[in-house]
Amino acid sequence: MEIIFASIVPAVLSAVALTCILKKTDLYSALTDGAKAGLSTTASILPSLVIMLTAIAMFRASGALDLLVSLLSPLAKLIGIPAECIPLMLIRPLSGSGALALGVDIITANGVDSLTGRTAAVMLGSTETTFYTISVYFGAAGIKNTRHTIPSALIADLVGFVAAAFFTRIFFS
Amino acid sequence: MFETGDFMAMSKIWSALILISFIFAAKSGRLETLSASALEGAESAVTLCLSLAGIICLWSGVLEAMKRCGMADGLACITRPLLGRLFPSTKENTEAAKAVSANFSANLLGLGNAATPFGIRAVQLLKSGETATDDMCNLVVMNTASVQLFPATIAAVRSGLGCVSPLDILPAIWLTSLCSVSAGLAAAKFFSKKQWK
Repeated sequence: MEIIFASIVPAVLSAVALTCILKKTDLYSALTDGAKAGLSTTASILPSLVIMLTAIAMFRASGALDLLVSLLSPLAKLIGIPAECIPLMLIRPLSGSGALALGVDIITANGVDSLTGRTAAVMLGSTETTFYTISVYFGAAGIKNTRHTIPSALIADLVGFVAAAFFTRIFFS
Repeated sequence: MFETGDFMAMSKIWSALILISFIFAAKSGRLETLSASALEGAESAVTLCLSLAGIICLWSGVLEAMKRCGMADGLACITRPLLGRLFPSTKENTEAAKAVSANFSANLLGLGNAATPFGIRAVQLLKSGETATDDMCNLVVMNTASVQLFPATIAAVRSGLGCVSPLDILPAIWLTSLCSVSAGLAAAKFFSKKQWK
């Protein structure tokens, strides 16, 4: 299994290199142009991450997070999700940077290879900023009546969170 | 990917976090820890971003190469028949079918920024009036459920926080995405039938 994960990155790099050479695409400028765009992606994450991580670090240090987590733990047990990940469920559809910051905090506090840390990572990797996505797509196209889009998308999110906890447990415990 | 989202909601959430932390720390005599944690939190964000930068740049480069050499277009051709079943109204609308499959394949490869314009174009092409059709709802639900093969940001975060094998969560992510997108589409179908009755 580890060999498969270890070969994903070199395999993808080789596949892209080969396809570009065969199709006579300028691979090197594509890579450097993309990397330049990646730099501005990173720069655009930084400000909101600083602001949100400050607030979340304070919330944890004050002891308020522990209380919130212990209040949420009966609900967490009921749906089979680590209690620390419940606040992540609440913020994920609303704010991408908020969810990223909270995810980083959960992973740091619980350990990157802990069950809770992995669950948070799977949750972040398999969901989107639902409300933002809906407003971008329908806003740009001038759709006013979104009908059942919001409830359906939120059901998808909820199932995603429960499934994230379930599959993390299956694979890692 | 990780957009800022609703500004008013975030302002309120941020203020609530700060005020509650202040009250809690004052009550339990942890004010010194609190102010130290604020500075540490800010600092750790910059450290993390620095360690993310390399992976995000490399991956953006690879994605750009995938786009330029036609891998994204190829994937769009492969997925078109499957998506035709999911979006019946694109059968007579070839342009919309192209936009839908380009949106789906860009998402699959993790080209979030490239996927959005295709998705918006698809909604515009399917549009008739100001009410969303079933196919539009399905398209947006598919986008909010985030179906992607390689979630680069979260892999970069795990690696930046010291994970030796940051990709070991990929199978769990794929299965989770599959469950959530199926649930979303099933829910959309259910709500749609209920509305037309």
